[in-house]
Amino acid sequence: MREVFHKETDLHNCTGVLLPGGFSYGDYLRAGALAKMSPIMPAIKRFAEQGGPVMGICNGFQILCETGLLPGALMLNKNLRFISRSVGMRVENSDTVFTKHLWQGQIVRMPIAHAEGNYTADPETIRQLEERQQVVFRYVDPVRHDAPNGNPNGSTNAIAGIVNASGNVLGLMPHPDRAAENIIGSADGFPIFLAFAEAAQSATRVEHSF
Amino acid sequence: MSSVYSPVSLDTALSHGLTPQEYEQILEILGRTPTFVELGIFSAMWSEHCSYKNSILELKRFPKSGKRVLVEAGEENAGLIDIGDGLAVCFKIESHNHPSAIEPFQGAATGVGGILRDIFSMGARPIACLNSLRFGDLSHPRTAQLLDGVVRGISHYGNCFGVPTVGGEIYFDPSYNENPLVNAMAVGVVEVDKIIKGAATGAGNPVFVVGSSTGRDGIHGASFASEDLSEASKEKRPSVQIGDPFKEKLLLEASLELARTDALVGMQDMGAAGICCSCSETPARGGTGLKLDVDKVSRRESSMNAYEICLSESQERMLVILKKGKEHLAKDIFSKWDLHADEVGVVTDDKLFTILENGNVVGQIPADSLVLGGGAPQNRREHARPAHLDALLSFDPTHLPDPDDWNEALLALLKSPNIASRRFVFEQYDHTIGAATAQGGGASDAGVVRIPGTQKGLAMSVDCNSRYVSVDPRRGAALAVLEGARNVACAGAIPVGITNCLNFANPMKPENYYFFHESVTGISDACVALDIPVTGGNVSFYNESASGPVRPTPVIGMVGVLEDVSHHVGIGFKEEGDFIALLGSIGPDLGCSEYLAVYHNVVAGAPPKLDLEANLRLIRLLPELAKQGIVRSAHDLSEGGLAVAVSECSLAGNIGCLLTFPWKEQVVNTLFAESQACALVTVSHEQWPALKRAAEEHVVPLQMLGRVGGELIAINDWITLPLELARDLYDNSLADSLGL
Repeated sequence: MREVFHKETDLHNCTGVLLPGGFSYGDYLRAGALAKMSPIMPAIKRFAEQGGPVMGICNGFQILCETGLLPGALMLNKNLRFISRSVGMRVENSDTVFTKHLWQGQIVRMPIAHAEGNYTADPETIRQLEERQQVVFRYVDPVRHDAPNGNPNGSTNAIAGIVNASGNVLGLMPHPDRAAENIIGSADGFPIFLAFAEAAQSATRVEHSF
Repeated sequence: MSSVYSPVSLDTALSHGLTPQEYEQILEILGRTPTFVELGIFSAMWSEHCSYKNSILELKRFPKSGKRVLVEAGEENAGLIDIGDGLAVCFKIESHNHPSAIEPFQGAATGVGGILRDIFSMGARPIACLNSLRFGDLSHPRTAQLLDGVVRGISHYGNCFGVPTVGGEIYFDPSYNENPLVNAMAVGVVEVDKIIKGAATGAGNPVFVVGSSTGRDGIHGASFASEDLSEASKEKRPSVQIGDPFKEKLLLEASLELARTDALVGMQDMGAAGICCSCSETPARGGTGLKLDVDKVSRRESSMNAYEICLSESQERMLVILKKGKEHLAKDIFSKWDLHADEVGVVTDDKLFTILENGNVVGQIPADSLVLGGGAPQNRREHARPAHLDALLSFDPTHLPDPDDWNEALLALLKSPNIASRRFVFEQYDHTIGAATAQGGGASDAGVVRIPGTQKGLAMSVDCNSRYVSVDPRRGAALAVLEGARNVACAGAIPVGITNCLNFANPMKPENYYFFHESVTGISDACVALDIPVTGGNVSFYNESASGPVRPTPVIGMVGVLEDVSHHVGIGFKEEGDFIALLGSIGPDLGCSEYLAVYHNVVAGAPPKLDLEANLRLIRLLPELAKQGIVRSAHDLSEGGLAVAVSECSLAGNIGCLLTFPWKEQVVNTLFAESQACALVTVSHEQWPALKRAAEEHVVPLQMLGRVGGELIAINDWITLPLELARDLYDNSLADSLGL
């Protein structure tokens, strides 16, 4: 595993790309809008288009949407405030490279921490996402799973995470990275990293021509 | 504004907030009339905010040493405590009250930024933040707006910078209507051999200003913080700085990267009084001088003069002293992080702080004469006990009638703004960033964070019951220290040190100074009893407005260490059937209680009994219980007494409880007395004998109260409260009553 600085232009033969959370460029202008322009992004875009596994968490998800690698946008939370809390998510599709160690319908718990996580897209895009089972995670109340307050930020259809049409790019607002060991409150995120690592290991090295 | 070259007179000095005596002293130090630039520098450096001139003689009474202390308070930006394995922890709390009163969002945001720089300028990586806030009455028109702005400001800065905010406190009282208190605390960890000193040494070494460019924001912020708030204060809005948390994040990474090279000699953050403060403190510490060429400082506006450049409080800047010949290292690192690195001067051996503009010397002052511990004034102030305290202390609450319905009384307390859940606030703070937070975000006595790369944890809390302090400052301040220690001990940690933020009114009034003087004594007494040092902190005077002084509010920031973070204990009840037990004894401690304030609208009576020995025994026992895995939850008694404490444990654990007391009298004390040195713990049936043994060994009274379970909070036939009803009131009252 290695860190690639935003000013680099080469992914150094990486076989998987993780775009972590944080405030890239301070989230100034709009979350992810400036990161889209950073020198490393063309390489990530090529990597994703060639089928390499890419996972974006929180700000990473926002960057993937801004870049167009995932459809839709993440608007300001419905209450117009930053929200930091533990949420429940239901696994809506366990048949992706990222979710194969979770089971369909499983409720996982992890934190969210964002001001712009309100997933929005035009009705046709939403319909397609649902129909093609690209909605991978959906917010639910962690205690009473059908309770209406399970959706923390106003996301359309309570969408918490999606994959692209080819299934190799995942974006999600909740933080599996902050839920990967029990001492910090939940280990529910660990299987996602396990699956991602396996996907990266088994990925045939994409030929890079840059 | 007068020009840099205007002649200076006594009138100029007075308009800068200096006294005639101080002006005399300046003439004596310089042996001539100061230049306008020099006068500006003296006025900022000798302001209360920078010089601690009216507090330093009192602060010297704090215990500062101890076997874990690596750097004592006052030697550097923050004291350092050894936590083993080659690591040290540094922590500090600071006020940003006046800026927040005028511009709550930026005032609070830059308060967080300033305290973070204090920590990482020492080479430590910040791992947690906390804050302590005071606002006016909920019905006051500004309260909701101030609270909303302050919380958004803290959220904006801390979240973007990327440090978890894991604890805090908020209280409301009309005395803070015009003058809210915003105290921010940061905690960082550093490898002992990577500690950065704030000293300029080695004549000939180059001096850099790094980070942001310098603008006109915040000029005279330090002086602004050193006077009472008035209507005219609003005109000082330009004295409030603007924060850029992303730039601070870059500055953190660049500074710590530079600290890993062999190029660094010293580093000092720029806070109050900006460049002139860091350029006089670093040579004063190093026994050297410093020559500054203001023309080399990157500016936001081209027309800025030496006076403005020296006094600007633009944020996200550091002063860096490098080894000669290593300049390229700094330039490379700072350019990688897109930050300025301007070589602005050089260390000299003449012990003078010299300012050049257009090649001319526009100021030359002995560096040592500007700083605290050097030539800055140190005044002993008079203190006089206010006469009204006797009546307050002798008030006897036993004559008040009991409530007709104990349930109603408990519900009133659970929705009291001083007790109700702060969820609405803490959910705006990112408390999980860094993936190291074991406990934070509200339902706990203390935040607990794992130290990266180790199994150790740090527990931390901020505490002050200013109601106690306003009636008996010595006792109230000591109780604040003990409350902090109980909080970290309940979480399973051993207290290792405190920082404090001493918020008081105008020190020139002897009746105000009495509270300050007595509080220092109370804090010292408690620290000596616990054998922990004061590692530093901040004094904020002049917290008063036309409507009067704020309550004296000495906020204590407590830090404790867990050798194994997995031993941490929360407040929530865990398992159906667990025993609930009380450690310590409840007495008739209703004076200054939340119950009296909420139910009888009375703030009077002696604050709860101060028993240092009993507290010490409890504070030693609790981490032992955590370490041995005996208790499943622990929560100390504080505002609202036992009834509120059990409710909080039930709500945090989402499970009810049934408590039985074998007496029928003294109901009000049993439920609502705020007796100190008490904690509620739960244990499994199997661990009961172990708890009993441990309590006996530590000579702490132990009383079995009942069991965990069900969906009611039930205490004798006094209290029967459905959990859902309690939750609804407790969770939503604060946001509802603020209309937010």
